[in-house]
Amino acid sequence: MQLIPCPWCGPREEAEFSYGGQAHVPYPDSPAELSDEEWAHYVFFRANPKGRFAERWNHGAGCRRWFNAIRDTATYRFERVYRLDDPKPGVTELARSREEGTAP
Amino acid sequence: MTSPFRTPEGGRIDRATTVEFTFDGETLTGHPGDTLASALLASGRHRVATSVRLGRPRGVAAAWAEDPGGLVQIEEPFPEPMLLATTVELHDGLAAHGLPGQGRLADVPDSARYDAVHHHVDVLVVGAGPAGLAAALTAARAGARVALVDEQSEAGGSLLSGTERLDDAPALQWVAAAVAELAGHPDVLHLQRTTAFGSYDDGFVLALERRTDHLGAAAPKHVSRQRVWRIRARSIVVATGAHERPVVFADNDRPGTMLAGAARTFLHRYGVLPGREAVVFTTNDSAYDAALDLSRAGVRVQAVVDARPEGSPRRGECEHAGLRVLSGAVVTGTRGTERVTHALVAPFADGQVGASTAIGCDLLLVSGGWNPAVHLFSQARGRLRYDEVLGAFLPGEELDGLAVAGSAAGVFDLAGCLADGQRVARAALSALAVPPAADDRLPAAPAPVVPAAPVVLWRVPDTSGAEGTTSFVDLQRDATVADIVRAVGAGLRSLEHVKRYTTIGTAHDQGKTSGVLTSGIVAELLGVPVQDTGTTTFRPPYTPVAFAALAGRDRGRLFDPERVTALHEWHVAAGAVFEDVGQWKRPRYYPQPGEDMAAAVLRECAAARTGVGILDGSTLGKIDVQGPDAAVLLDRLYTNLMSSLKVGSVRYGVMCGVDGMVIDDGTVLRLAEDRFLVLTTTGGAATVLDWMEEWVQTEWPDLRVHCTSVTEQWVTFPVVGPRSRDVVGSLFPDVDVSTEAFPFMTWRDTALEGVPVRLARISFSGELAYEVYVNPWYAVAVWERLLEAGRPHGITPYGTETMHVLRAEKGYPIIGQDTDGTVTPHDLGMAWAVSKKKPDFIGKRSFTRPANADPLRKQLVGLLPVDRQTVLPEGSQIVEFRADGELPPPPVPMLGHVTSSYRSAELARPFALALVKGGRERIGDTVHVPVGGTLVPVEVTGAVLVDPEGARRDG
Ligand SMILES: [Zn+2]
Repeated sequence: MQLIPCPWCGPREEAEFSYGGQAHVPYPDSPAELSDEEWAHYVFFRANPKGRFAERWNHGAGCRRWFNAIRDTATYRFERVYRLDDPKPGVTELARSREEGTAP
Repeated sequence: MTSPFRTPEGGRIDRATTVEFTFDGETLTGHPGDTLASALLASGRHRVATSVRLGRPRGVAAAWAEDPGGLVQIEEPFPEPMLLATTVELHDGLAAHGLPGQGRLADVPDSARYDAVHHHVDVLVVGAGPAGLAAALTAARAGARVALVDEQSEAGGSLLSGTERLDDAPALQWVAAAVAELAGHPDVLHLQRTTAFGSYDDGFVLALERRTDHLGAAAPKHVSRQRVWRIRARSIVVATGAHERPVVFADNDRPGTMLAGAARTFLHRYGVLPGREAVVFTTNDSAYDAALDLSRAGVRVQAVVDARPEGSPRRGECEHAGLRVLSGAVVTGTRGTERVTHALVAPFADGQVGASTAIGCDLLLVSGGWNPAVHLFSQARGRLRYDEVLGAFLPGEELDGLAVAGSAAGVFDLAGCLADGQRVARAALSALAVPPAADDRLPAAPAPVVPAAPVVLWRVPDTSGAEGTTSFVDLQRDATVADIVRAVGAGLRSLEHVKRYTTIGTAHDQGKTSGVLTSGIVAELLGVPVQDTGTTTFRPPYTPVAFAALAGRDRGRLFDPERVTALHEWHVAAGAVFEDVGQWKRPRYYPQPGEDMAAAVLRECAAARTGVGILDGSTLGKIDVQGPDAAVLLDRLYTNLMSSLKVGSVRYGVMCGVDGMVIDDGTVLRLAEDRFLVLTTTGGAATVLDWMEEWVQTEWPDLRVHCTSVTEQWVTFPVVGPRSRDVVGSLFPDVDVSTEAFPFMTWRDTALEGVPVRLARISFSGELAYEVYVNPWYAVAVWERLLEAGRPHGITPYGTETMHVLRAEKGYPIIGQDTDGTVTPHDLGMAWAVSKKKPDFIGKRSFTRPANADPLRKQLVGLLPVDRQTVLPEGSQIVEFRADGELPPPPVPMLGHVTSSYRSAELARPFALALVKGGRERIGDTVHVPVGGTLVPVEVTGAVLVDPEGARRDG
């Protein structure tokens, strides 16, 4: 049972969380103006990388808050969790936080 | 005397107490401290079981969980299959018998209790042998929070099996002192009879504690039999020791054939001589201890057969004791039936076996080296490396938070194990920033004798003529060298494939003795390094764990929470038959004497349609949505307009996903400009709240709105039927219940003797109806007042079955029953509930996707069986005949399926709802539904079968 670091509650058991898919896929500003294909991309298409992935998580059995995480889909390691209003961390920032030991 | 092989003294058994047990119907005796296996050996019994496939006699071949031979079925105190005689602690009244490979599950319920405990520590030490004790002491002395778990009945590990000395005294004195010292640390948890069986992510380890198994009938009833410890450790020290590895030769499964170290355990720990005349076959120095110890205890050691041409430096020691040592020799086979009578010994050089000589013996001890017990390390995804000298796999990397110490890491001498345990514990402390204690002394062990290098020998070439068919690799699966040869011959290269082809390593012991042998033999056959073959994946559990233990208390009524409404006791007293709706217990119907469900439901339906009925609808999901932007949120989530709803009014709404498919429906009450009460389906309550939260948090954090579940803050009693106005009007005289003053889809607040009550004109049946909402505290009182007020009108409580019939007659779908996540509001005939005014809402853009304009989409329609008799089974498929009156050739195209089906009192015939391709275009057509072996003709109708004009809702 993995521990997931909720940015609000700290490390908690994974069973308290639910997965919310790829992060940073905003609801389109004007869906009516999108072509069928563009809309289908929003509704159905998601990245599925092996490795580092920005994801949404929900601490449903805890604070009930949504947050974002950078997780490695091959090792399951959470490299960073951040709040929804934080920008997506860049590669250099992730590397720095790992060196400084501030990555979870 | 039933224990002729018991030594006159020694061992860790309580000789002053004798316990009686039965095995295969024979009454035998032993002592507390014995295992079933040691007591059987003391009685001279080696054969325990019969092999699963070949029916060959099998016996005790090891002294603990790695034994592949001694499988037993326990009958008393409680039937339990597939246990090892070597791990069953003896107690008075134990009854067991040997197994023919497979056991039998108990056919009576297990009355024992099982439990689970959570525990958090800085350092978890697995194994209380010398390395583990040293590690635990080091961590405890530094003030760390420590857990020490060990699978045996007492601490000591390998020290229990030998004669080692520490600080010039028997090593077990130090073990006792160490245990006492640990007990003095308040933050140390020390558990014996506790097997760490799985290591998982982030320092999570599961361990099974056997609390009362060894007590038999004396087990206190209030103590759980076993419990699972769920331990979260910041750092883990794996000090799980090593398993001795056999060498494979012909007929190596004969009872009396045993690992050399196991014989030493039986002698020193249990005071048992495993035989009278022994042959010891070894590839390394460790078996010399067994040979010398047994000889000293009176066993005639006929020969020490050492596969190494140069033998061992300990040869002299043996010869001094009068033992014959044959270097450069191997055992090629055995003779005997129920028990070994002879070992066949032959010279062995450069892989060539010479002529065999039979040496008489009743005990054949074997040692092919030692396999470190790396299971927990490997389960934590630690990479293993093959050690050419030891012929074994060792931890091949450092893991964060988990380190291996002692012989589990390939350290085999006592002084080395103590030092290694301390070293690893200090490293763990350092990672946790805990300084070691100033006084951290470990006992002095004698300087280790450097052993001569072992030879790695997986198997002795089969000279018996059996071509490896009696050379057993996995005794529990009756799998042999010949099976591996066949697998490799069939082209299998991966060890995982060989495992599945031969079944090696898939039995009860999960390959504890056979796994590495298989790696070695496969590598040999393929001519590749053993490192390349590797091992199969180690998976939890390390030893079998009963499902009952894993379930713990989460069984029976505690398996899943049961939710009941405030009226539950009333329903029970009224004789309701309940059904599970999610976690809720809901009355399905209230049978009167002599009624079955069909009769009860017809009566309840008739009451609601012609008089008055009452339902406990409290399980309906309720969400309080508050804030200045509450209306904005609901406009975005519902397909229709909610912001235009007036305070005091109610509106039906449909909610879709971004794909445009219906996910829930329900009614919305506007309580104030900035406050709504959203009603969801019973099953959708949590999902809809989560859905709202997701959008508010992730997309629209600027909205000033809060959503709270109030499902359990209100009970809901729909009072339904043409007489409902009389009932509600008489109980709440201050409310004008006329249609003019209190129209359909409005709500009013009132009070009953000071208790606030909310009334809403909402109908899920098509009839005139008033939903009564009140605080659950007053549920029974208000319900009984309603019944009293309704008595003159014959008010009839009804259950969910009647509710379903009434709503289905009106074509009201149940989301999740009449829909399946591929159904749009338009498919349900609810285009009227989809706003054309709103520029956007969730799902809107998807409605114009081409797939949603397909005229052959499945649509909700009604079905009427033409025979007016058949109740179509829900889920039935729907087919149609061709123009020529024949069925199309198989596969017959399916038009859709039946989603709801009931008998209707109102229609006096059965009816159904169904999703049918192009269904609305087919109204009036006859299609067919296969029921049993026949095709039932059904007429397609509109979904609304009762009161399609809606004339009844105002009474
Ligand atoms: Zn949280």
